[in-house]
Amino acid sequence: MSVNPELNVPVGSTFDQPIGRVIAAPEYHLSAEGLETARKARRSFMGKALAMGAGVAASTKAAFAADGESAILELPEHTKGLGQGVTASKYGQPSKWEANLQRRESPGLTRVPQASVSFCPLQGLFGIITPNGLHFERHHQGWWDIDPSKHRLMVNGLVKRERVFTMDDLMRLPSVSRIHFIECGANTGPEWGNVALPTVQYTHGMISCCEYTGVMLSTILEMCGIDKKKAKFVLAEGADGSSMTRTIPMDRAMDDVMVAWGMNGEMLRPENGYPLRLVVPGVQGVSWVKYLRRIEVGDQPWATKDEAVHYIDLQPDGQHRQYTSIQECKSVITTPSGGQTLLDKGYYNVTGLAWSGRGPIKRVDVSVDGGRNWRTARLEGPVQNKALTRFNIDWVWDGKPAILQSRAIDSTGYVQPKINQLRAVRGTRSIYHNNAIQSWKVSENGEVSNVQVY
Amino acid sequence: MQVQPFIHTMKLTFSTIAAGVVLASASNAWAAKPWNDIGRDATKAEVAAWDIDVRPDFKGLPKGAGSVDRGVEVWEAQCASCHGIFGESNEVFTPIIGGTTAQDIETGHVANLLPGKNFPQRTTIMKVATVSTLWDYINRAMPWNAPKSLSTDDVYAVLAYLLNLAEIVPADYVLSNDNIAQVQERMPNRNGMTFFKPLWDINGKGDVTNTACMKDCVSELTLSSSLPDFARDAHGNNNEQNRVIGPVRGAVTTEPAPKTLEKAREKLGGPAKAPQAEGGPDVKSLLASNSCTACHGMANKIVGPGFAEIASKYKGQADAHTYLSSKIKAGGVGVWGSVPMPAQAQLSDGDASAIAQWIVDGAK
Repeated sequence: MSVNPELNVPVGSTFDQPIGRVIAAPEYHLSAEGLETARKARRSFMGKALAMGAGVAASTKAAFAADGESAILELPEHTKGLGQGVTASKYGQPSKWEANLQRRESPGLTRVPQASVSFCPLQGLFGIITPNGLHFERHHQGWWDIDPSKHRLMVNGLVKRERVFTMDDLMRLPSVSRIHFIECGANTGPEWGNVALPTVQYTHGMISCCEYTGVMLSTILEMCGIDKKKAKFVLAEGADGSSMTRTIPMDRAMDDVMVAWGMNGEMLRPENGYPLRLVVPGVQGVSWVKYLRRIEVGDQPWATKDEAVHYIDLQPDGQHRQYTSIQECKSVITTPSGGQTLLDKGYYNVTGLAWSGRGPIKRVDVSVDGGRNWRTARLEGPVQNKALTRFNIDWVWDGKPAILQSRAIDSTGYVQPKINQLRAVRGTRSIYHNNAIQSWKVSENGEVSNVQVY
Repeated sequence: MQVQPFIHTMKLTFSTIAAGVVLASASNAWAAKPWNDIGRDATKAEVAAWDIDVRPDFKGLPKGAGSVDRGVEVWEAQCASCHGIFGESNEVFTPIIGGTTAQDIETGHVANLLPGKNFPQRTTIMKVATVSTLWDYINRAMPWNAPKSLSTDDVYAVLAYLLNLAEIVPADYVLSNDNIAQVQERMPNRNGMTFFKPLWDINGKGDVTNTACMKDCVSELTLSSSLPDFARDAHGNNNEQNRVIGPVRGAVTTEPAPKTLEKAREKLGGPAKAPQAEGGPDVKSLLASNSCTACHGMANKIVGPGFAEIASKYKGQADAHTYLSSKIKAGGVGVWGSVPMPAQAQLSDGDASAIAQWIVDGAK
């Protein structure tokens, strides 16, 4: 059997083990003789329990007395004492034990915290909804906590009536609640040329997913009477110092774009645009203008700073692609992922997230052998349109080096590409729209690290 | 409205009448919605106050003019502390000026963007195709800590200075709404943008394809990149960035990797320690929210001195707390060099005092 020295995994045609199927551990690496021993052991319940639980027992050995575990035998304070009363915390906080899961800045990425980004700790999240306090942040000129009674939304330009709305007005309008992902166009951007970041928080953490509540932008535009012959674009503008502006095509604006105030059952957080932001499903986060103060209807795009200096994609020929907005189909395994360590051989529930800006996720496949063989994962439903989708799949780790990958397919049939396929078309110098398949290498010592493999 | 072709004539007539009624009401739909009159009309003055955007065809550009000379004055007073005297600084923001040539002005393509050039930093002027973008952004968002405070003429002046630095206009130029269209014809990267519709249109089809192969898809793997060992803790200790329970733990990246799975488990298994809660007044948040860290590094100079440098200078000085409290609020120039620190009037006395105390305590 030939072995790739860098990967330390078998390669080539002599590699005939069916990696990528769930096979109980002993069959996978034992000889025929060893297998027979394992089968005998399995027939005995205790034998099986000992075989599968050996590692767990080792890790908690210190706490074991002769007759059992101190966590059970010695009743803890919380079982024998009086706990805390209601409203001890008037706005509930996570357990102190969860303090490791925080938004974090990537060291050296930016130099000014007001024009920076903090990354969402995907490695510790469950399901598809991002807790509001862990939603990734991107500010262009610092965030504010705006007095909502003084906030206004203006609609002007190619409309019959130029209108002003208070929050009171907007919150009276027919509302909808929808789950959508928001992903920064530069998510995974540092990895176009090579591996640059250690963990899924930094490689993919500029994404979050919330249930938004608001009014459809189409409802507001119809109230103002858009000039249907001339109107081709809208400009969305924020009320903060940067007064962020982005152009949105009219067919998007009249489709599923929302003017939102609600976020996972409460008002938007100030860092996320309180009291009003635009929700542009499927489109990169920079278009989801926060502190939304104005919508202008026009007949040409605006080439604003964030569509003429930033958020433009440098191509191999030296040209920049302008107005690249759609977040194409992408996925990533969140556990096990870079920077984590597997504590034992044996069974793992491999879990991750998939999403597409063009529609619902249709399927996610997972490979544990660097993309040679794939199995289809379970999707947690109901699968939402342009939302994060959670996938899970069984894996039994045999203790040998492995490379985990996930590959998503969306409702259009588009298959998430490999990094070399992206580079062949778009080069390595763009910093936007990297939706490559992510590879995590599991080493024999249990450590998981970021690699690029194809 | 679709009508089945085999439908009875009487029914067809009825359907046609019904459809006519529906269509008639649809054309008046916007007037008929019960919520239609929520909100109020905007006044002309209100629209004028907020509708400040300037498009590439210069729709929205107000009348005005500004010279390169005036631009230098405004720049040095309000812009240079972050962007450098020549717009070249890479300390606080990425550079604005640099990397373009007279040849680029002729062709409208910046040669330093071509493959193999590897120009160290893509500057704003290398990328931007539309001069309107620069006018609009300076006007709406600059200066950094006082956006929208420049007069219309000063926006023209600052832009004139930048254009002069890039050798797009001469040193005696006066930029105005009358000649800005001519400047557009000299923008170095004016032909450097491509519109690729499939990434703009939600129903488009992307330009990169993969297939959903399931079995024996790769004969030989290529490992193109991995993180070097020295970068192991470049993003902090991963152990402190993961949950203390579950199937995995964060690796202790402040130490070398364990040799075996058993060694890793010894290190990471067992009872958890509660993560350290942060206490005390949150001075670092104050520094961030008041833009202090835009100019002062924790240890080192950015524009002004690092906080540790200030702490060291005033160490042991009895009146340091009082002095620094007032200095933080009043600003000044001369103690650390010639770049002035602006007054921080927005800072409460309590917050200024907390920051001063934190510096006196060693700025840690």
